[in-house]
Amino acid sequence: MIKILLFAYLQEEIGKDSLSMETDGCSVQQVKNYIHTHYPTINLDQVMAAVNEEFSFDEDVVKDGDVIAFLPPVSGG
Amino acid sequence: MNTELFSIVDVPIITDDVIQKVKSVNVGAITVFIGTVRELTNGKKTLSLEYQAYESMAVKKLAKIGEEIIEKWPNTKVAITHRVGKLNISDVAVVIAVSSPHREAAYEANAFAIERIKQIVPIWKKEYWEDGTKWIGDQLEKQSFESK
Repeated sequence: MIKILLFAYLQEEIGKDSLSMETDGCSVQQVKNYIHTHYPTINLDQVMAAVNEEFSFDEDVVKDGDVIAFLPPVSGG
Repeated sequence: MNTELFSIVDVPIITDDVIQKVKSVNVGAITVFIGTVRELTNGKKTLSLEYQAYESMAVKKLAKIGEEIIEKWPNTKVAITHRVGKLNISDVAVVIAVSSPHREAAYEANAFAIERIKQIVPIWKKEYWEDGTKWIGDQLEKQSFESK
């Protein structure tokens, strides 16, 4: 099981700030596919992923117990 | 006052508290950047703003900016506090204090810090206008995500 964190407009469009996904391990891309399957209207094109609080690429691996966050382009400051 | 050099808070930022964190006897210059909520952006009137952070990661990334600065400008000290939650016009959103033995490094490092915040720190701004709201999508403010 992995935990998926959502922020900014993703959180509002999905209506939750986190999701969980049953898996022993998969790629970041597969987590994106999971979101597309369940929330087909969500656009993740400009969204960065962070696994355990580090920026990650689509091919990086997410393991059981990891936290993956989807981060829209940031706008702090 | 919290003593952490890098922090995310949900209460008003006291600028002097951030300055105190970088003071020492070896310091000859302290630069302070204060980011405040602007009313007009491209002619459009903002009523208020909401900042949201992925707090644990944001603190780590602020600390990383601190490390980058020490590497580029040795002998500087950096403290950054960013506020989250609902902010009104003119409220302080971020304070960056950089101290250095000499002024040049303090100026340069401070400018570097705000640019890096806009690149790598997971904090998002939502604009509230009279006719709607929008999560701002990037710092060039060219890309946005209209709320539905």
